[in-house]
Amino acid sequence: MRRSVSITGLAAILILGGAGLGAVRKSSVTLTQDKASTAEVKVDNFSFAPASLTVAAGTTVTWTNHDDIPHTVVSTDDAKMFKSKVLDTDDKFSFTFTKAGTYPYFCSIHPKMTGKVIVQ
Amino acid sequence: MFEKKNDELLHDHNHDGIDRRGFLKCMAWAGTGAFCVMQGGVLRSYSLSCLSQMDKAGMKGELSFVQISDSHMGFNKPANPDVAATLKAAVDKINALPAAPEFMLHTGDISHLSKPEEFDTVNQILKAAKPQDVFYVPGEHDVLNDDGKQFLERYGKGSKGSGWYSFDKKGVHFIGLVNVMNLKAGGLGTLGHDQLEWLEDDVKHLKSSTAIVVFAHIPLWSVYPEWGWGTEDSAQALAYLKKFGSVTVLNGHIHQTLQKVEGKVTFHTAASTAFPQPAPGKADSPGPMKVPAEQLKSVLGITDVKYVQGQQALAVVDSTLA
Repeated sequence: MRRSVSITGLAAILILGGAGLGAVRKSSVTLTQDKASTAEVKVDNFSFAPASLTVAAGTTVTWTNHDDIPHTVVSTDDAKMFKSKVLDTDDKFSFTFTKAGTYPYFCSIHPKMTGKVIVQ
Repeated sequence: MFEKKNDELLHDHNHDGIDRRGFLKCMAWAGTGAFCVMQGGVLRSYSLSCLSQMDKAGMKGELSFVQISDSHMGFNKPANPDVAATLKAAVDKINALPAAPEFMLHTGDISHLSKPEEFDTVNQILKAAKPQDVFYVPGEHDVLNDDGKQFLERYGKGSKGSGWYSFDKKGVHFIGLVNVMNLKAGGLGTLGHDQLEWLEDDVKHLKSSTAIVVFAHIPLWSVYPEWGWGTEDSAQALAYLKKFGSVTVLNGHIHQTLQKVEGKVTFHTAASTAFPQPAPGKADSPGPMKVPAEQLKSVLGITDVKYVQGQQALAVVDSTLA
């Protein structure tokens, strides 16, 4: 029984033809999720650039340390929200901001280094 | 003007009162091996080379120790790809001092990234130093990732809180403070309420004639707040020390020697054994200052401190590794 069904199915696909097959292919390939959004902050010369970054909710922000000294990225208002390990030169840290709001952060090693992410 | 030959600095210079020129001349001599002693506003200098000929009676009850700082073991970029070698050079310098210091103070940033192997390497290198007693306070590079747990395990025996403590040597009271924990965004170094309470209690019963030495990583005076070079609540700490006739504050963190005298308090910062940093405001940021390789040792150094009983101020002498 199954064999005849599968043969029938195969025949059906062949009958549909190229365009049909193409259409079937397309819909089976199309992803339903949105394109992931990302943003970058460069850490260099004892500063975060840009110091103020505005992103849409759901954006993943990646900090990259280009300085020759280690730094960290720690949420000012709630250290439990995001707190990187120590980042040496070329190390990265990423965090996805899901809720709208303003999120100030700083480097816990050099606390004069501050920045903020504004999530809209 | 003053040659590097120690032999030329034979005489005893007496200046009447603190005169900036005289003080600066003395600071220049410090790099070539002279003692400058400030005593009640009078500046005296003695050449290291003729210490052996000095009146021994005048140097009775002498206590001497060395301060090293900011070894940043693990740092490997310009201007210094080999901080282990320069730390070893500092140990050689200490071992070559005419009178072996009794102990050492390390004012923090022992490691660069708080890695166990970095602390291990420093311990290994310091094993070759004549003074085997070393007293540590942490720098911000020593308490990364674990809120200072590793630092306390290694160096915090007998200390309170995040590693503060005090001890006495030949009548001089030493106080090790920690001002690199719980740093707040946009802030400076901080001592915190618990440590300040402990400090008040620690010195309460000491006679005002007791010489005090305070050592901590970040400067306890405002060297340059824009770069975080200061401690928010140090004024409170200094208030507890107001009654004492002689207070010497030894710090690190800024990788250059600076000195400031305020009444009976002498503040002094040490050079790093790893890399120099720019003078306040002289660069965009306080990062490692790059210098030609042949100049590196001349911007790194150690600090030799002597206390002579009966003299108010401690003699603090910096020398470079060159």
